[in-house]
Parts: sequence; structure tokens; C-alpha cells
Amino acid sequence: MTMYATRTRNARPEPFTVHVGIGERLGLAHMDWPLTIAAVALIVFSVFTLGQATQNDVPGDPNYFLERQAIYALLGIAGMIVLTRIDYSRFRELRVGIYTFLCASVSLVFVFGFAARGSRRAFELPFFSFQPSELGKLLLVLALAGFVIDGARRGSARQRTVRYLCLGLAPAALVFLQPDLGTSMVFAVATLAVMYFGGVPWTHFAVIGAALVALIALVLVAAPAVGVPVLKGYQEQRLTSFLHPSEDARGAGYQQAQSVVAIGSGEKTGRGDRATQTRLDFVPERHTDFIFAVIGERYGFMGAAFVLSLYALLFWRALRIVTLSKNSYGTLVAGGIAVSLLFQVFVNVGMNLGIMPITGIPLPLMSYGGSSVLATFLAVGVLQSINIQARLSQRGRFAW
Amino acid sequence: VYLRNDSRPQGSRLSLRVAVIGGIGVALFAVLFFRLWNLQVLSGEEYLAEAKNNRTREFKVIAPRGDILDRNGEVLVDNRTSLALQLNTSKLPEDPAEERAELARLGELAHMSLRKVRRTIEEGEEVAAGAPVTLRRDVGFDLVAYVEENQDEFPGVAVERVFVRHYPDGTRAAHVLGTVGEIDKEELEESEFAGLEPGDEVGKGGVEYAYDRYLRGDPGHTRIQVNALGQPTPGGELVSQPPTPGKSLKLTINGDVQTAGELGLAEYGRGGFISMNIDNGEILALGSYPSFDPTDLIEPTQAQVNELYRDEELAPLVNRATEGAYPTGSIFKIITALAALENGVITPEEVVQDNGLIEVGTDTFENAGGEAHGAVELRRALQVSSDVYFYLLGWKMWDTNDLQEWAHKLGIGRPSGLDLPEEGETLLPSKAWREQLVKEGLALEDRPWSAGDNIQLATGQGDLQTNPLQMALAYAALGNGGKIVTPHVGLEVEDAAGRVLKEFDFGTQRKFHIDPGYRTAILEGLHAAAQEGEGTAAGVFGGFPVPIAGKTGTAERPGHADQSWFAALSPYPNPRIVTVATVEEGGFGAESAAPVVLDILEAIYEKQASEVSSAGGAE
Repeated sequence: MTMYATRTRNARPEPFTVHVGIGERLGLAHMDWPLTIAAVALIVFSVFTLGQATQNDVPGDPNYFLERQAIYALLGIAGMIVLTRIDYSRFRELRVGIYTFLCASVSLVFVFGFAARGSRRAFELPFFSFQPSELGKLLLVLALAGFVIDGARRGSARQRTVRYLCLGLAPAALVFLQPDLGTSMVFAVATLAVMYFGGVPWTHFAVIGAALVALIALVLVAAPAVGVPVLKGYQEQRLTSFLHPSEDARGAGYQQAQSVVAIGSGEKTGRGDRATQTRLDFVPERHTDFIFAVIGERYGFMGAAFVLSLYALLFWRALRIVTLSKNSYGTLVAGGIAVSLLFQVFVNVGMNLGIMPITGIPLPLMSYGGSSVLATFLAVGVLQSINIQARLSQRGRFAW
Repeated sequence: VYLRNDSRPQGSRLSLRVAVIGGIGVALFAVLFFRLWNLQVLSGEEYLAEAKNNRTREFKVIAPRGDILDRNGEVLVDNRTSLALQLNTSKLPEDPAEERAELARLGELAHMSLRKVRRTIEEGEEVAAGAPVTLRRDVGFDLVAYVEENQDEFPGVAVERVFVRHYPDGTRAAHVLGTVGEIDKEELEESEFAGLEPGDEVGKGGVEYAYDRYLRGDPGHTRIQVNALGQPTPGGELVSQPPTPGKSLKLTINGDVQTAGELGLAEYGRGGFISMNIDNGEILALGSYPSFDPTDLIEPTQAQVNELYRDEELAPLVNRATEGAYPTGSIFKIITALAALENGVITPEEVVQDNGLIEVGTDTFENAGGEAHGAVELRRALQVSSDVYFYLLGWKMWDTNDLQEWAHKLGIGRPSGLDLPEEGETLLPSKAWREQLVKEGLALEDRPWSAGDNIQLATGQGDLQTNPLQMALAYAALGNGGKIVTPHVGLEVEDAAGRVLKEFDFGTQRKFHIDPGYRTAILEGLHAAAQEGEGTAAGVFGGFPVPIAGKTGTAERPGHADQSWFAALSPYPNPRIVTVATVEEGGFGAESAAPVVLDILEAIYEKQASEVSSAGGAE
């Protein structure tokens, strides 16, 4: 049995001196190790895959993506460790500041952002283009969870629901206008997740669900019919083409059909360097949105299932931390993170597998991209912090 | 109350919510795993087959060759686009009967026999196995439309837009321009064609060959996705790199002078001509008759093949100005004169009695026509073309190598340095050559070098074999005082916008001293021959407003009627341009070759001549 020389609720002078190891100083001892291992294994697999699959993508620099992703990974892991040591509860106090920063950063992209493929989503920094909406996923959860806790006793349940929805959907709308449909959907899902763990009544979710269905119908059918297109043409095409891939095997559905062929052709053990689908440009964006197709083709069912298992492990540990949290804020934050990770993984992998629309959501810890890697590791760091704080306050609780 | 931050949310209600989310998570992951299993394990084979079928093909985008221009920028060769019927043999039906049927249908469309179709495919496969074979170029739009409408009947057949050389003026300057064609096996090995691939088009002759590296350009490529039939999938264009067109080549040729020479020569028959700047070797006109239309070589019919390749007498592909090998007759006499003067065999003023013939041992050498010219010195001997005078010089030099040395210096019987690949074998007969011939047992008569041989050579007869190009070089050296220039047709390389990218500098090959007095004496004689009184060509050039120095030649060519020659340096006395023409079986020099030269000179001095005459007369 270890003695802890840290603060506990009923701290008493210890009868003898306890040696405090470096591991404990860093909080590593109370980290959720399966969660850490899953995250690190995913990023290692990502760097490995990028190294193999993108050798010819940048002329004269075969390791372009590999080197950069490795640097992002190291920065991300460092960020994760730092957050591990911070008591996440402080973010609750900072909710207004975090929320303001979130809204400001996703708005400033309109002014200072650089446009890539018709969309302004990122700031161009030296060596790095920073996409605030990626970090925004975490910031939204941190701030909204604070607002939910804070407003738990104010107003009627209905008023609270409307307030949370407005708070969450405002930044989502800003991101939607960048335009970045995929990330705005993650924002919306994170908002709903925080509300869900914040105890919003089931009936409200039923109403929200019904409204959502109506909205989709309006956006995809009614609005274009009266001449007010809400989505850009390519957005709508991408969203709906997976429903009828054979009709549109040459346009937006073409890429997805190629991705499905790529994954299928990997069979059980993969095609390795003989991969053609993802090597010969049949599958676009192979280092970002369609990296799962690369894994599927190169490493087969073994590789793809391994990666999916790591995500399942990640999700399970995150959900476990939801139940362990020492306070409600931690529950809400962990819940928001867990659900938005699940959503991103499912939508991205589902898109690669041809069962979800093309939305441009990266695969966390796998797709190439500094903002995404960094933000995901920071989210994992927050989860670790919740876990550590829980372990420190409630040692000996039953854990599953 | 569900939420109170200093504690956890109410246990059972949270547990329910977590359980629901956990359940959703399990369901979603189950969906993903099931889908993955379905794709990779259950139907993996089908997808693998689809992926393998899902090929890209890289299509080369041919770069158009550069234009070829004359020195004034007039287009001599450019490109036009044409439709070519191509066949991808790997897509032919596997069943031999079906394949035969398709090839037969194709042949019918392309007006080719089944045998010809098969042979074309075989030849194509030999050069580049697997690459699409071009069955026929320049197919019509109706045929294209038919093939495209009936794609099912013609698997593997495609119509490609290709660049074809276009010769706006047909046969004009054909020998200089040369032709293009698909690179052959041997050429693929050569270093100058490094990096080229089977099916690429390269120059096969003339400047097309000599300046191929500038004219060629770099092909681009398009990688597109193709379906199982090898047809491009719409929207499946993956990578595209546009081709770099070849550079334009500007020639030293003056199109108007060239045309004048060709028209003039065509009046008299087979032969060749050259007109060249004697100071820098720039060739203004270079032609041969009969000529050919390079267009005919792109897709020759059997009749054209017969005409172009089989007829040895006409031999239209041969550039007679550079590949011919003829005795030259009297135009050789300037070389004899130079050799004799420079070696002190004679002086310009020394008088020789021309009785119409000389006897050397048992042999008699007569003037052409047996005419006696009486007392002649160098100037008059050249003017009236006294053979006896030069027989005597040849005789005096027979035991030395003086005549051969000077002929060799002046470029006879050796490569000229011309920038075209077409240059024929020539022969400057000498004692050493004769001995070698006898030693190898190749001589027709087993006899040593004789005075007679040298006497023949002195008047451009006997075993001498040369061509207008070499004679032009020798006359140029006389005109410029001992400088052997490098004859060339390449002037500069330009980009599409006409900016000069490279100017060619050929320089001078070698120099030697010619006594200015001797040069003046010979030029005087040549001027008299061309334009004064009894001059052999005075009848032709007497009325020509520009003073020239020229010499007629009438060569006896075994098995043929006399060959007509004329060589001119103009303007006299400070010449800038040498012009040489020869006409096979053209009779006396003044009969055919001289009028051809006159046509050329008229074209060169057209503007100047009109100025001269408007200023009040010639000379």
C-alpha cells in the first residue's frame, strides 16, 4: 500500500516521511494507463502509416508528412502530460474566458485565416497552420460543462436546455460558416453530450431530435426547392451521395467508392507496398480524411481492426472516467470528450467504409494535422486529469 | 437535484446515462467492425479484383515539334493536328476468331488488308511491346465517328489527336528539311536520343535529324483512370503535366533563293545546287532535283514507296548537292591553277600554245570539241576554258602530289563539316590511292598512277568524284583568300515567341595562304569566262547586271551524257557568295548549269539588280 503525501480531504500530519517519486510528481502513477497506451499507440501507428504511404507525395522529401506528424505527436504528448498535472476544475472557473476565446478564435479565422479549397478555417503560422476549431472542440466542452454546472439551479429545465443549446450552437454556427460542416457537427454533438450528462430531461432530447430531422429535411429538400441553398453544392453532394453510390460513381461518390474498394482489397492481411488504390491517387486525401482506407488496404483486417480496437479502448476508458470523476464538472467534461471522440471516429471510419457521408472530419490521432493531433492529446490530458483527481480524492472506489 | 458540483451526479441516473452512451458506443463499434469484416474478409477477393482492374494508364501527351523557318522567318515546316487510329492490342478479344473479325473490320475501315493490319501490329509490338499501335494516321472524322459510335465492336481501338508535320510548300527544301518518323530500335540505343521512348517521333534526316534535340520538345503526360475496356473514365483524370513544345529552328536558307534554284533546276533535270556565303558558311540555298514531298513519307502508298525508294536513276531522296559523286569538268581548273601557281609550275602571265591537243606518251588529250585556242595565258585559258593549258599543268605536276595537296586543302574528297547528316562519299584520286587500289586488287586496270591520271584530274575528269558542296567550299576559299568555312544551314534557335535562345557559331575550319596576286588573276579569268566576249558563259551572264566570276564545267561521266556544271563567285571582284550548280546529262556547262546559277543569282540580287539598272546600267 502506498502512502500519499498529497492533499486529501481529511489531511492529517503523516507519522513518517514518505519518499515521493518522480512518477508521482508527474501524476503518472495515477494516470489511466490503458488510455495513455491507446492514444500513444494510435499516434505511433499514424506516424508509421504516414511514413510508408506518403513517400512520394512531396517530391524530394519522402518523409515530409512523417517528420511533421512525429513532431506534432511529441508536442501533443507533452501537452497531454502538462494537462495531466493541472486540476481540470480550474477550467470551470475560467469558463467565460475559455468561451470568449473560443468564439473569438473561430471568428478571427474569417479575418486572418488563409483559404484552402474555398474554406477559411486556419491561421497560417510559421511551420504550422493552426485550426482553432480543432482546439475548439475541447474548449467548447470545458466551457459549456462549466455553464451547465453553474446554471444548474437557475430557471426552469426548459429554459436551461434552450440556454445550453444557444451557448453550444453559437460557435458551431460560426464554424459552419467557415465553412466547415464536419467540425460544426462535432461541436453540436459535444454540446448535446454535455447537456446529456448534465441531466437534461430525455423528453427534451426527443424534441431536439425531432427538430433535427425537420432541419435536415428543410436544408436538403425544402430550402433548395424554394431557391435558398443552405449548404454549398459540394457539401450537399458529399452528404447525400453515400446513399446512392452507384448512381454517382464518378463524382463525389467516386472517392468513397474507391475508398471502399481500397479497404476491401486489403483482405485479411493487407497489400503492403503493393497497394494500388491508396498509392495511385484513386483515394484522395490519403494522409488526412481517408487515412483509414490506407490502413485498410495496406494492413488489411488485422491492421484496421487493431486500430478500431484502440479507439474502442480509448472510448471505454473515457467513459469509465465519466463515472469515476470526483465532481459533476469532471463528469460532464469527460462525457463531452468521450462522445465527441466516438462521434468523430464513427463518422470518419464510417465515411471510409462507405456507410457515412463525406463530412471532412479527421480521424483523431490518426489523420495528419497538427491542430487535430494537438487538440486530441490535450483532451486526453484533461481526461487524465479528471482520473487523477478522482483517484486522489476517492481512493479505493470500485472501478470497472 | 441531479447536479451539484462538489459531488458526483446522482449515481443511478448517471449510471443509466453512461450505460446508454456505452451501449450506443458498443453498437457503433459493432457496426464498424461488422462492416470492416464484411468488406475485407467476406468480400475481400471481389474488391481486390476490382482494385486490380482499377488501373490507371499514363497517356503521353506528345509535344509538338518546333517550326522550321527560313532566315527571314518564313515557315518551311510547322505542324497540323491529325487524327490517328490506334489499337491497344491487350484489349483485343481473346478468341482468335473474334480477334480476326475485329481486325478485318478495322482493316476495312482503314483501307488496309488484314495482312497489312497484322504486319503493322507486329512491327509496332517489335518497337514497343504493349504500347498502343498506330494503325493509320490522318483518318477522317466520319471514320472516327463510326468507331466511337460502335465502341462495342472495336474493343481496344482509340482515336488519338496527334501532331503531323506540315509542309506548306510541298517539295521546297525537302532535302534540307528532312523527315521525321518513329524512333527505331537502333536509335533508341544512341546517346543523342537518350530518354526517348519507343513510339516517340524523331528527325530522320536533314535538319530534322541534325537539330532534333532543339526541335523535339518534351512530352507531357496525363494519368487517367481507365475501366476494364481501357477507356478513360470521365472525371478520372488524376495527374496532368503539359508538354513542352519543341523550339523553332531558323535556317540560313533564304526561301526565295531556294525556290529560284529549285524552279531553275527542275527545268533542266536531275542535279543539285548550293549557294553559300563565303565568309561565314551560311547556306542560302541547297537543293536537289528530283525532289520529294516529305508529306508523302508520313504515310506512303506503295506507288510512292516505289517512286521514292526503288528508282535508282531518279533517287529523289538523294541530295545531289551533298551526296552526289561526279567528275566536275572544267570548274576544277581553279584548283589546278592554284596548285600550279603556288608551286611555281607556271606564272599568271606565262603563255602556252594551245593547238587543241597534247600528246603524252602514247595518249592524246584533246580540247573539248577539238578546238584550238592558240596562245593562252592563265586569264584567257580560264575564259575560253582551254583544256590543253590545264593538261599541261597536270602533266607538269603528275610526279608530285602538289595538285592533290591543294585539292585536299580546298576540301575536295574530304568531309565538309556540313551540319546535315546527308553527305556522300567522294574521291580525290592520287598516286597513293591508286597504289592502294592496286594492292587491294580493286582496280579495274592493274596499272600504276600515270601522267594521264593527273592530266585528267587537272580538268576535273577521270576518277574524281565530288559534289557541288565541296566545289562551293573550294571556290569560297579562293574568294575569301584561303579560309575553309563550315557550311551550315542552322542559324539560330528561337522560342515560340521568336526570342533567340541560341545562335549557332560554326567558325572557320582552317586557313591557309593564297597569294593575293594569284587569286586576283584567277578571279579575272573567271570574270572574263562568265561575262566577257568569248567567255564560255558570256552568253548566259553577259547581260546580268551584277559582275560575277564564274566557270563552266562539262564533265564526261561514264555511261551518261555529259554533266553540266557551273560555279560562280559574286559579286566580282570582292565576292561574298558562291553558287554552284550541276545538272546530270545537262550537256555543256553553259547549257543548263549556268542558267540555274543565273536564276539563283537573280533571286539573290533581285533587289540590287533593279537598283543597278534604274541607276543607269550594269557594270
